[in-house]
Amino acid sequence: MTERETEKILEVCLLAGRIMMEGGAETYRVEDTMTRIAASYGITETHSFVTPTGIIVSLQGDNPTRLVRINSRTTDLEKVAQVNQISRKIAAGQLNVQAAHQSLIKLEESHLLFPISYQILAAAFVSGSFLIMFKGVWTDFLPAMIAGGLGYSGLLLIQHYTRVKFFAEFFASLIIGLVSLAMVTFGFGLELDKIIIGSVMPLVPGLLITNAVRDLMVGHFVSGLSKGAEALFTAFAIGAGVAVVFL
Amino acid sequence: MLYILSQLGFSFIAAAGFGVLFNAPRRALIHCGTVGMIGWIFYIVLADAGVDPVVASFVGAFMVALVGHIMAKRFRMPMIIFSVAGIIPLVPGGLAYNTMRQIAENDYLAAIPLAAKAFMISGAIAMGLVFAEVIMQVVMNIIKRATNNVKREVS
Repeated sequence: MTERETEKILEVCLLAGRIMMEGGAETYRVEDTMTRIAASYGITETHSFVTPTGIIVSLQGDNPTRLVRINSRTTDLEKVAQVNQISRKIAAGQLNVQAAHQSLIKLEESHLLFPISYQILAAAFVSGSFLIMFKGVWTDFLPAMIAGGLGYSGLLLIQHYTRVKFFAEFFASLIIGLVSLAMVTFGFGLELDKIIIGSVMPLVPGLLITNAVRDLMVGHFVSGLSKGAEALFTAFAIGAGVAVVFL
Repeated sequence: MLYILSQLGFSFIAAAGFGVLFNAPRRALIHCGTVGMIGWIFYIVLADAGVDPVVASFVGAFMVALVGHIMAKRFRMPMIIFSVAGIIPLVPGGLAYNTMRQIAENDYLAAIPLAAKAFMISGAIAMGLVFAEVIMQVVMNIIKRATNNVKREVS
């Protein structure tokens, strides 16, 4: 294998790993995928070190070790699934290095998110559903939907302008607290606690919590702890935003 | 009966809604909802019957992960797509909220037991996930070995 070919394989591995990590995949899945891709192209010995903020990969022999930085982490399971598909195709020998690289670049640039209106609607329905699941009264269904929808719109809006995640989460839960309080004071809702709990649920860092625990359990302590810290910080931001309403 | 039906329906909507927020593949949304519904109904029935919420959360998470693994194998997609939306209803959001509220009101003594309970429930969810994974691995190994044996006997 020439040096140029290995270089290209390394690039494909790193790109696949980065897209998966940015989409919210588990650490062990990222490592597994990169190792499999390298193996399907005939490189049996791969070492990778994956953390939520960066990926280091080293292929066998004299090739240089490469590092890629991960700056933004969102939750985009569609991209994780698509990289998975591509890696399956590679393993089946249907894609050569060049084609794999092309399709990964295309995937990275594509925008697969649901439209914003769908997301807000989903958040509103999630909030209402949780109100009923947590044994709230039926008349609070609509108030919870409104508070949850407004809170999530606030999150998207502030995230678009500031790029500081925790700031956006703080303000989103502040909006939820204020809207719920206003609705209860004006007699539109009944149980303030239940409405707030229901509408805050779309903000809860559920993916981070589950991923952090899974990473810790399989022995990826660095990424487990850092994801756990991120989750804890997010939960704190949400709690602080709601707490301001009670002060 | 109406109570169970409404719990089933709303947990389906909630889990599928989370699928939209997490941008799960469109064809997987219904499966996300189903996984969430199964996990939640196990949890709520046990919790209503007076079982400790820690145990109920463990069972709920175990069911979510088990069904998630089966679906991941069946539809050839990463398991996380199915499990994550199902886990979220079990996350002790209400407890965490009450803890924060007590802290905001400077009642630290009331906050500590709530925080401890929330921590225990999170641990139970994690245990449920891992148990299901280990059991799936063992079962898959047994199936693989059985089919290999059959093949060997045939040839």
